[in-house]
Amino acid sequence: MTEPRETDQDFELKLLLTAVEEKYGYEFGSYARASLMRRVRRHMQMSGVEHISDLIPLFLHDESAFAAFVKDMSVVVTEMFRNPDFFKSLRENIVPILKTYPFIKVWHAGCASGQEAYSMAILLDEEGLLDRCQIYATDFNDQALRHAKTGIYPEEDMALYEENYRQAGGTKELSKYCHRGYDSVKFNGRLAEHITFANHNLVTDGVFGEMNLILCRNVLIYFNQDLQNRVLQLLFDSLCSRGILCIGKRENIQFSSIGDQLEVADRNQKIYRKKI
Amino acid sequence: MARSLVVIGASAGGLSALESLLNELGKNFSLPIVVTKHLASGDEEGLHKVLSKTSPMEVSIACDKQPMERNHVYLAPGGYHLQIEDKDTLSLSVDEQVCHSRPSVDVLFQSAADVFGKKLLGVVLTGANRDGAEGIKAIKQAGGVTVVQNPETSEVPIMPKSAISTGCVDYILDLNDIAICLKDLEFKLEK
Ligand SMILES: C[S@@+](CC[C@H](N)C(=O)[O-])C[C@H]1O[C@@H](n2cnc3c(N)ncnc32)[C@H](O)[C@@H]1O
Repeated sequence: MTEPRETDQDFELKLLLTAVEEKYGYEFGSYARASLMRRVRRHMQMSGVEHISDLIPLFLHDESAFAAFVKDMSVVVTEMFRNPDFFKSLRENIVPILKTYPFIKVWHAGCASGQEAYSMAILLDEEGLLDRCQIYATDFNDQALRHAKTGIYPEEDMALYEENYRQAGGTKELSKYCHRGYDSVKFNGRLAEHITFANHNLVTDGVFGEMNLILCRNVLIYFNQDLQNRVLQLLFDSLCSRGILCIGKRENIQFSSIGDQLEVADRNQKIYRKKI
Repeated sequence: MARSLVVIGASAGGLSALESLLNELGKNFSLPIVVTKHLASGDEEGLHKVLSKTSPMEVSIACDKQPMERNHVYLAPGGYHLQIEDKDTLSLSVDEQVCHSRPSVDVLFQSAADVFGKKLLGVVLTGANRDGAEGIKAIKQAGGVTVVQNPETSEVPIMPKSAISTGCVDYILDLNDIAICLKDLEFKLEK
């Protein structure tokens, strides 16, 4: 027998992804491999099977098992004012640009349970811009969107959120923007009035409006380089002239084709602006 | 393409352990080195500053889909898991914490074992957590080599002890012997 060209693991994963694509139409082959493998391994453990290929009959014949897998592919880990330095830079470097527009459209692509969108609404409110803003917050996970619409988050997360808010240059108390319940907080309906939550799949859906500002943070990391390039092009095409694009602190546009059509607004915080 | 790789996990006490290990390895150690040290979001800048100054190899904070180079050390940023995507590339995720940590050593080690199999050296240094134990198991199962800092000479022995308790550890060594061992294995692995 000659040495196999790929490991059993690679081979079985390929078969599983092909089966899933044929049956359900999901193209997980373009997702980042290491994170995908974590999910596959977790579902092997949950189902008590030994080989990746054992998941093939399971996913093909048990739709609820596959639905659980799809749900698991959406990682909704987020916080208010995540990476406070980023929001600080938005306030200092980008808000002055936004102030020159009569109306401002903002898109959060991959908004998860909504904290990033509420953070933006608070920031824009403090800068006197909220009344002429429309914020679109999209995700492909309906359950996360339903959560986002409620604006309700666990009380125990508030300490971190308050700290982030302060580091992001907030001058009030974050609790001013929410009502306290027994073990949760609910952010003001006034903020939510300016946010439209909607389902949008970055892999299969098209261009989204003429946005002045797009945030797509910590979503691209789950895609392989090809898919990242495709999605970055979609984001780029959804920007208005001179529009602003923000990606996650440790993500890159450097390897993509839109790289040279953007200028750097803040290198460290990964904020870019469409060139003329 | 990197043919083989070193992955290192560290937690409490890890800064000085990493400083001296990288120093002992010297600038001629050629395998890429990928390090997960537990830290909070943003604290990677400080770690990077210190290690850049003392390490004879170049040190960077890892970015998503960053290509790995020889003679180079990559650090996990706080708030992200660092993973080995393929033989050339690193990747990040913001998946749930593992062992109360993100970055987690287990996540790095498991992904490295998937990609590098036998061509992998996993090292667990000082720390007050059991993160890394599952990862050591994964590396061993995939045929890689596992090295753990001697708990008796570790600043905090919990992490080395947890790794050793898996029964999957090849070498238990003092810090300066780890460098000698890695240099020795470098040649064997690259053959
Ligand atoms: C880790 S969260 C990021 C949340 C927020 N942007 C942040 O940085 O805190 C990633 C989100 O991306 C969403 N996502 C993943 N793939 C997607 C896709 N193909 N289309 C739309 N959203 C997607 C997930 O459902 C998840 O809610």
